[in-house]
Amino acid sequence: MKMNRRQVLILLPAAAIAWESLMAGTPEEAPNYKLSDHWWSMLIDVSKCIGCGNCVRACSQENKVPEGHFRTWVERYHVDDEHMTEPQVISPNGGFDGFPAATDDSGKYFFVPKLCNHCADSPCTQVCPVGATFVTPDGVVMVDRTYCLGCAYCVQACPYGCRYIHPELEVADKCDLCYHRITKGLTTACCENCPTAARQLADLKNPKDPIHAFLRTHNVQVLKPQMATGAKVFYNDLDGSVH
Amino acid sequence: MNGVEGFMYPNEIGLQWSILIVLYPYITGLVAGAFILASLVRVFRVEAVRPTYRLALLTALSFLLVAPLPLQLHLGHPLRSPEMYFTPHSSSAMAMFGYVYLWYLMAVLVFEIWLDYRAEIVQKAQSTKGLLGLLYKVMTLGNFNISHEALELDEKIGWVVTLIGIPSAFILHGYVGFIFGSIKANPWWNSPLMPVVFIFSAMVSGISAVMLLYMATTKIRGLKIDVACVDTIAMYLFYTFIIDFAIESLDLIHRIYEADESFRSLNFMVHTKLYIPHIVIQIMLGTLTPLIILATTQLVKFNETIRKRLYVIAGSLILIGVFAMRWNVVIGGQLFSKSLLGYTTYKLALITKEGLLVAIALTLLPLVFLYVMVRILPPWPEKQNNALASGD
Repeated sequence: MKMNRRQVLILLPAAAIAWESLMAGTPEEAPNYKLSDHWWSMLIDVSKCIGCGNCVRACSQENKVPEGHFRTWVERYHVDDEHMTEPQVISPNGGFDGFPAATDDSGKYFFVPKLCNHCADSPCTQVCPVGATFVTPDGVVMVDRTYCLGCAYCVQACPYGCRYIHPELEVADKCDLCYHRITKGLTTACCENCPTAARQLADLKNPKDPIHAFLRTHNVQVLKPQMATGAKVFYNDLDGSVH
Repeated sequence: MNGVEGFMYPNEIGLQWSILIVLYPYITGLVAGAFILASLVRVFRVEAVRPTYRLALLTALSFLLVAPLPLQLHLGHPLRSPEMYFTPHSSSAMAMFGYVYLWYLMAVLVFEIWLDYRAEIVQKAQSTKGLLGLLYKVMTLGNFNISHEALELDEKIGWVVTLIGIPSAFILHGYVGFIFGSIKANPWWNSPLMPVVFIFSAMVSGISAVMLLYMATTKIRGLKIDVACVDTIAMYLFYTFIIDFAIESLDLIHRIYEADESFRSLNFMVHTKLYIPHIVIQIMLGTLTPLIILATTQLVKFNETIRKRLYVIAGSLILIGVFAMRWNVVIGGQLFSKSLLGYTTYKLALITKEGLLVAIALTLLPLVFLYVMVRILPPWPEKQNNALASGD
């Protein structure tokens, strides 16, 4: 096809718009990412979680999580006045399919999403005999699948039950905070698919990140603080009965 | 659902460590205990138990050779295990396994056995022909000097090696206890007493194993059991067992009295899922019964036949009890949720990689190794005396 100068000039803006549209869905190039500029964490607002299971499904799809294992899951707590320290907890299939309707009107119900806490002083990285699991300079606990022996010592050492041995790869597996996404300027699959923004990726090294204001003004806790792991998944309005 | 009661974190339902990881501390415990018995002769000069000295060393070596096998079989990627030697992670207790194991194997056990057998190895290298002769020649490492001075030097070095071997045996098995005791995520394991409990239970099991092996092999060879020897072993076994019992009781009492946040959950587990292996087998059958039997033999003067039978019963029960202890630590520590809100079930498979048949094979394998070693390096006291006499 032969085009004259006038036709080319007409088509150029359209091509530019098309190119811009294409680039909008393309993540930032990884080479632009500076490890030392970030310190990743996550904020979970318990009062916003509706237990829909979107996060579990999105994570499962994004990370090809093997069936029966979970990089993230959702627990539903039922706490009544007489059993404040003995809550009734369920997490059918990790909350993948949502939850059955509550049948007991007494007490309170709430959902608690769980994932790897990406601890700064993580027991799992401490115990790994070959250093296959490690903390990245930007604060994400990762597993090197080409190096892991599959001894499962890290699974035993995690106080939160976040790790498992991948049944096909026979190596330790866990949430890596969608590292392939966050290093390209995207958020995690679970955060992106949460309809109520109950989960939000946060960068503690970014002074403009709203998490700083949030931490200052809200009642925020981590899970099992007595474990002194330096957990970096922060929970807003976490009930004392949560284990 | 899946044998789960209450709430387990979804990734906790299947157990990560199987019966093979139960075998690992059991086997290393037998190694450490057998060596401690041998050290009674070499370092503490308890001459009465000399008939078991070489058998104890060979037993320790046979079991030590098998000790890494359950770990290897358990690994998802066993071929990557040499990375623990080449690129160990300095903060990991488990990364020390390779070094502790190699140190104990080569610097302590093999070296001591070689020193002790050297005179006979040289004699056999000179008198045996064929492949076996070649094997003995290789085992001399080219040193055929068995002069009086050389053997005296061997004796001195052997004493030093045994002396180093005692803390090494404690490290070998205390380290296994540390692997469990240092896991703060698991309240059933997390205790500074765990390495001490492991060391003393190891001594008890190893001494029992060698005592039983000595009695069985002497009987098979149609010889008379040296009753003074087994009496002395039983006495040391009794005293060690009292210390072991006291420390385990201290751990138990401390947990009950302290009653921290995990107590309710663990107490429920002990009275339900772990009732048979913990209360019945470990405590009643494997601890209190042999303790009472051994105490009785110390207090009442039975005739030789009854004493020997009582020692066999006590030794066998101790071996069962210590195995149950390892089981309760390893399996029990994974039956409850770290949420402290639920319990799962261990399903022991029969013929899988980590199944019962493999576990039985691994338990019997050291005895096969021992049989071969005994053929090459006879540990029998009367042969040792004859050989030394002819050597002189």
